[in-house]
Order: sequence, then C-alpha cells, then structure tokens
Amino acid sequence: MSPKPMPTATDGILKVRDLSVSYGKVEALHHVNIDVTVGQIVTVIGPNGAGKTTMLASIIGLLPHQTGEIMFFGETPVKIEVERMVALGMSLVPENRELFGEMSVEDNLLLGAFMRHRLGYRDERETMTHIYRIFPRLKERQKQKAATLSGGERQMLAVGRALMAKPRLLLLDEPSLGLAPLIVREIFHIIADLKKSGVSMLLVEQNACAALQVADYAYVLETGEVAMEGSAAELADDPRVIESYLGLGGDVCL
Amino acid sequence: MDMQIALLLGQDGITNGAIYALLALALVLVFAVTRVIFIPQGEFVTLGALTLANLQAGKTPGTIWLLLGAGAAIAVIDCTISLRTGTIRRIPRILLWSVAYPCGTALLLFLVNPAELPMLAQVVLSLMLIMPLGPMIYRLAFQPVAEASVLVLLIVSVAVHLTLVGLGLLFFGAEGSRTLAFSDATFKFGSILMSGQTVLVLASSALLIAALFWFFERTLYGKALRATAINRTGARLMGISTVMAGRLSFLLAAMIGALSGILIAPIATIYYDTGFLIGLKGFVGAIVGGLASYPVAAAGALLVGLLEAYSSFWASAFKEVLVFTLIIPVLMWRSLTTHHVEQDE
Ligand SMILES: Nc1ncnc2c1ncn2[C@@H]1O[C@H](COP(=O)(O)OP(=O)(O)OP(=O)(O)O)[C@@H](O)[C@H]1O
Ligand SMILES: [Mg+2]
Repeated sequence: MSPKPMPTATDGILKVRDLSVSYGKVEALHHVNIDVTVGQIVTVIGPNGAGKTTMLASIIGLLPHQTGEIMFFGETPVKIEVERMVALGMSLVPENRELFGEMSVEDNLLLGAFMRHRLGYRDERETMTHIYRIFPRLKERQKQKAATLSGGERQMLAVGRALMAKPRLLLLDEPSLGLAPLIVREIFHIIADLKKSGVSMLLVEQNACAALQVADYAYVLETGEVAMEGSAAELADDPRVIESYLGLGGDVCL
Repeated sequence: MDMQIALLLGQDGITNGAIYALLALALVLVFAVTRVIFIPQGEFVTLGALTLANLQAGKTPGTIWLLLGAGAAIAVIDCTISLRTGTIRRIPRILLWSVAYPCGTALLLFLVNPAELPMLAQVVLSLMLIMPLGPMIYRLAFQPVAEASVLVLLIVSVAVHLTLVGLGLLFFGAEGSRTLAFSDATFKFGSILMSGQTVLVLASSALLIAALFWFFERTLYGKALRATAINRTGARLMGISTVMAGRLSFLLAAMIGALSGILIAPIATIYYDTGFLIGLKGFVGAIVGGLASYPVAAAGALLVGLLEAYSSFWASAFKEVLVFTLIIPVLMWRSLTTHHVEQDE
C-alpha cells in the first residue's frame, strides 16, 4: 500500500467559527472564534474553568454536542470524529495525558503512530529514534510501564506519543502542568524547537508568561468567551493581561 | 477410583478444559475491549460444529442464510447512513463486505460439493462462513449502543443469544450431529492412552493461545486492541476507532468460538443449543479471572473442565450443578479480595 498524500497546507490550518459547547444546560463555550496559521504557535490562556480543555476536546471531536464550524486544512467534516481529525494530521496531548498505563513506554510511543501506519506509512521506528533524541529520558525507560513513570516523564511520554503521529497541528493542554521549573523550561524549549521544524501548535497554558514568550498569537478565554486577542507581544504588554495573568511587574517568568 | 480411571478422567477434563479456556479468553477479550458480556460466545461453538457437520453431510449449512441476511441488513443501514452524511466514498467498501463477500461464499457453496472436499478445506469453508458473523453482529446489535452501560449491553447480549439459538434450531433442526474424526491414531504416553483427537484438541488450543499471545504482544493491531481496553479515550486520540476495535475483537471471538466447535465436534454430539452450556463453562472460567486476567481465566477454565470430569464420576447427575456452583465461592472470594470501584457510567 502506498502512502496516501496529505492535503497540502493553505494559510489557515485551523479555523474555529462560532463554536459553542454545553454540558447539559451549562454552556461551557460561547461563540468562540480561533485561527491558527501554518507554522505558528497560538496560545490560549485563561483562568481555571474558562473552557480551555473543553475547547481542545471539541476541536478534535471528543465531545458529541457542539454547534459551530471547525475547518481543518480546508475540510469541514459534517460530523467531527476523532479518528478523522487524527488522520488529517491533528494530535492532542490531553490535560490528563490518557496514557496506556499497563503498557511499556515503547508500546505507548508505537501506538502514537497507529494512524500513520494505517495510512500506509512505515516510518515509526525512525520517528521513535527521533523522539528518543528529543526525550533521552524516555529511551532510558523504554521498557518501563507508563503507569510507573514520574509526573514529568509521563508528560514527556504524552508529548512524545503525540509527536509519533508527525502531526501538522499539535494541540497541547497545559504541557507544563505540575512540573519543576527546570523541566518546564525544557518543555518550552522543545515547543520552540518543534515550531522550527514546522509543526503548528495550539497551546493551552496556565503559565501565561512562558506561553506568551513562545507564542506568535494569543487569545484570552474567560468564562467560555474570547475576552482578548492579539499578537503575543501585544498581549504580554497589555495591562489587563499583566494584572490577571502575569503578576505585577511581569518580570518573574520561568 | 484407581489410578487408571483417575488419569482417564483427568485427560477428559483437560480436553474439555482446553476448549473452555479458549472460550474464556474470547470472553475476557470481548469484555475488555467493548464491555460486552458476550453470552452468544457459545453459539459460535454450535455454528462451528454444525456447519462443519452439514458440509460433511453434503447439505447446505443454514449459516449461509444468516451471512447473507446480516450482510443485506448492514448494506441497507450503512449505505443509507453514507448517503445521508455525504460520505459516498465509503459505499464500495461497505458493499464489498456486506454483499459481495456473502454472495461469493454462497456461490462457492453452490459450485463445489463440500462433502467431497478434504477435511481441511471443509474447516476453512466453515470458518469463512462463520467468522464474518462476529463483526456483523457487532455492527447490528452492539455498535448502535456501544456507549451504553454494561447492563444494557448485557441485555442486548441475551437478546442476540436467544435469536441465534432460535436460528440454530431453524437451520440445523433439533437432532444433534457429530463430525468425522480428524484422526483415528492413538498415542501412548507411558501407561496413558490418548486418542489422536484429544492430542489434536490440546495441541490446537495451545497453538491458538500462543498465536493470540503473539498477536497481542507483538503486532500493532493487537496492541491497539489492548490500548482500547486500557484507555478508550487515549486510544481514540491515537486514531484507534472504538468501532474498529469492537469489530476486530468480535472477529477474534467468532474465530475462537467456531474453532472450538470444530475441535470438539468429533468427540461430542452437538445440538443447536449445546453451545450455550459450553460457553457458560468458559464464562465461569473467565469469572475466576474477574473477566480481566487472561492467564487466570484460562487456568479457571481448565479447573472447570477437571471439576466437571471428576464430578461426572462421583456424582454424574449433579455434574452441571457442581460446575456452576463453583461460581459462588469464586464470586465471594473476588468480592472480598478486590476493592469495589464505582464505575463512572
Ligand atoms: N463533563 C463535564 N460535565 C459538566 N461540566 C463540565 C464537564 N467538563 C467540564 N465542565 C465544566 O465546563 C467548564 C470548563 O471546563 P474546562 O475543563 O474546559 O476548563 P479549563 O479552562 O480547562 O480549566 P483548567 O484551567 O482548570 O483546566 C468548567 O466550569 C467545568 O466545570
Ligand atoms: Mg483544562
């Protein structure tokens, strides 16, 4: 089987239009519009419960009930299904990681390439070598069960597993959650490197300072609505953002 | 009971136990991947045995009507869905599996005289008739309610079981059948005499278990099934669709069931409803492993086989009762030793 050609990139890799999501009667997202262009890192910051995780889950198709339009690489699926989005080149590193606990690190990584394998690509071993170069820690622990990894290692595995799919758009839900400052810096280095290698990213973060440094464009999500948006540099200088998300002075940034 | 009889009974018990072990593995697999307690597992044993018996008798097995009917139903449903959602590119693939394959198999049955085929070809033909029924049943009965609770899935499972038993009676009639022996050789291990059939059952079961082990440990699709069982959401995020995993596990379950039926058909008379009882014994084994552990389930099933063999000697009238009573201490032990985790459903 020869690999199916991926659709070529247009400028807008992801367009989210009027996205509303409710859990029962409670509306978690209200007419959200988000754009990601090729090769960009777009970050979404906002307080707890703003709907950031909900937004990522509904973009990739994990939530059944939503209204609005999601256009990915010029395709607007009638029914957004996770498998379809993954096949089109989208990967999500979910907030709670969703690793395969009883399986080895290596098997977790291998499964990250499942859809690529189905589509006819047979380069999972090379990709894995590449991932091990990015995360040497994972190589040391390749036979260890995912459930026994430390928090930081789990995070690395979740990111590595998503990268095994060679995504063209990577959705990251708080990759720095619960990590020591040194590792946070490491993770953001990796994010910057990924951008250089051409991966577009939609990055959800609590660590607004680091996110705004690495991102090109930013949105502030508050109670399910986009409250502000602008280039990352602009938002980093905005007094409202400094007050609510960067802390006074804005000089302490990991 | 002297040594000779004890050995003979042991041999019997292990032979049956091996079959129960295969079924127990299938039950654990289906439950882990789809949360379905697969009551109709035993019906595949019946289908396997009686389809082969029909082929050997030169009759057209009713299984083909089931295959054609289920295929037609799926074709109608899936093509309608495709037309409605505008995914017309899926239609050729749907028609291939739900219409072309059953019709091709029917044509094959019509063209050859199955009674004249070599035994191995008859077995392959039986499997060709039965295995696709697994994914078809998943598509028709379980896929529409895949996200329902375990209880709802169990109710659907019982309904499918009753339907299949009824169809079994319709297709095969009330009388039982046996198939021809695969081999009339006998083997002598020390003082134990083993029939070639027994050796074949044991060897095939061992081989099948090894093959399953290899599939789950070494192949990407095997790992994908395990991943779905461990973390559904995680698996979906890798592009492993729940539907694909469900169909694959039902395909394996159908294969295991049909092969089990084919293996025991020469040593036991199978009636249209015999499979259910055999499946239930596999279920007792699977329960010993908490419907979760493959090795414990297999060991439990072997234990069931041995218990059945020895109780048929001591108290033959109560042998079924004894086997099924085993489930009570097992459940008590399990509920005392495992923490009950509230499932969030
Ligand atoms: N399954 C659910 N059922 C009901 N309400 C939910 C569900 N999931 C999320 N919510 C609610 O939707 C709102 C948005 O949640 P979400 O997880 O998207 O927030 P978030 O921005 O990711 O927050 P955090 O920064 O704490 O991760 C919250 O009020 C939450 O309680
Ligand atoms: Mg969140």
